[in-house]
Amino acid sequence: MSRLLAQVRAELGLVARNGEQLLLTLGIPVMLLVFFSLVDVLPTGTDDPIDFLAPGVLALAVMSTAMVSLGIATGFERSYQVLKRLGATPLGRGRLVVAKIVAVAVVELVQMAVLVPIAYALGWRPDPANWLLAAGGVLLGTAAFAGIGLTLAGRLRGEINLAAQNGLYLVLLLLGGMVVPIDELPGPLRSVARLLPSGALADVLRDALGGLGDRPATSWIVLTAWAVASPLVARSLFRFHERR
Amino acid sequence: MEGLTIRYGDLVAVRDVSFIAEAGSVTAVLGPNGAGKTSTIEACEGYVRPTAGTVRVLGLDPAAEQVRLSERMGVMLQDGGLTPSARVRDTVRHYCRLYGRGVDADALVAQVGLADRARSTWRRLSGGERQRLSLALALAARPEVAFLDEPTSGVDVHGRDTIRGIVRSLAAEGCAVILATHELDEAERIADRVVIFDQGEVIADGTLAELRRGHDEIRFHSSPDIDLRAMAEAIGFVVSRVGAGEYVVDAPPHPKLMATLAGWLGDHGHPLHDVRAGAQRLEDVFRRLTAREDRA
Repeated sequence: MSRLLAQVRAELGLVARNGEQLLLTLGIPVMLLVFFSLVDVLPTGTDDPIDFLAPGVLALAVMSTAMVSLGIATGFERSYQVLKRLGATPLGRGRLVVAKIVAVAVVELVQMAVLVPIAYALGWRPDPANWLLAAGGVLLGTAAFAGIGLTLAGRLRGEINLAAQNGLYLVLLLLGGMVVPIDELPGPLRSVARLLPSGALADVLRDALGGLGDRPATSWIVLTAWAVASPLVARSLFRFHERR
Repeated sequence: MEGLTIRYGDLVAVRDVSFIAEAGSVTAVLGPNGAGKTSTIEACEGYVRPTAGTVRVLGLDPAAEQVRLSERMGVMLQDGGLTPSARVRDTVRHYCRLYGRGVDADALVAQVGLADRARSTWRRLSGGERQRLSLALALAARPEVAFLDEPTSGVDVHGRDTIRGIVRSLAAEGCAVILATHELDEAERIADRVVIFDQGEVIADGTLAELRRGHDEIRFHSSPDIDLRAMAEAIGFVVSRVGAGEYVVDAPPHPKLMATLAGWLGDHGHPLHDVRAGAQRLEDVFRRLTAREDRA
């Protein structure tokens, strides 16, 4: 247990010292939430944009942490042979993975602790507010995005992985129904977007926190499928160290 | 290990390799690039599963029992295995916690000569300092077996002395030290036993004295334009030019031969410098053993 806690502490220390990761996990979600809530330029279809934006930005925060932040950090650790080196300590690969999961959960709690009060300050009053259901969605979303992030991190070289994770982040941010409503996308893109984990998570959170879900039943199925499939793919494809 | 074979697809990286590294000794694993050293050591560390054969480290199967083995095993990777932002003292403390062997992190940082760099990040360390930090992480295990990959690569003279001292201390405390290196001079200085790899196979395994046995030579410097054939006829042994003005006579250093050699050089107006007579250097043993034409 002490080894696991030591590694969790090390993982959180790395996140806290990495300015880019802080920008990604907290800075960008806060900026998007505040800016688009105060500047009503998005076609959200709601009386107050915060009702659409708050659950979407919470979904974005989950994606930022579980996919991009975890994926980029793990990819570079793999390139620098950190994973290989840690794999030869009594920590073992199993506890290393658990430590990363715990660190992601802690960061997500911090994100929620920052974003939810800001959303409330901006006028968000979710009704109904089924937080337990939302937590279930966050859990599934975390699994889905972590699987995607680790699949890329476990196969691509550090810099290529960095570019891929950032590119995917941008695509999912724009097409994933988190900030821009899926109904505003062109027809073919709309169909694809509904099958993405980002769109599904945002829709699930909107349903649980405000009853504004578009197709919640379908979104739960899509999100669950991603949450099961992507970690399995990551488990199958991930390589702890690059062969030189 | 016994009959170790490692394949990557169609490539046979290691073929039927067997050797033993004894506790309380330093075993140097030498070989050209791609000779199979790294794959063999990675099989011992548990990173690579053998295609065939048996590997046992401290009585454990490294691939199946890596976590148990890692509690008693120190590993030093050639590339360090740290992120650029990792700080010296924090990293050593972290590894001491992971190993849980009661090693004092601050004392360890001082032991490898990094006390005044304790707050520096990996990216700000010199190549030699990185090697010392990497060695410290291996020592955090208080290891019974240590795998050190190129431990003195890029290290300055004083740093080398420090590292050699630590490696010898480890062996003196009963640790089995396995050292992979390209630096033959380094191996010659600290190894008790040498295992030479080439093309995935072990082509020599023994103490330095065993590997040198039967390969005496006389090595000297003189003018670059010596008539080798005339000299060979005069002394009765083959003479080879191995560098600009550097020659080797492939013969035991008998006093009569030495006198004949010196006399011939004097008679023909050639100087005689830097005479070295006796067993071949490890570098020459290595060249001889890994030369393709010699093994045909």
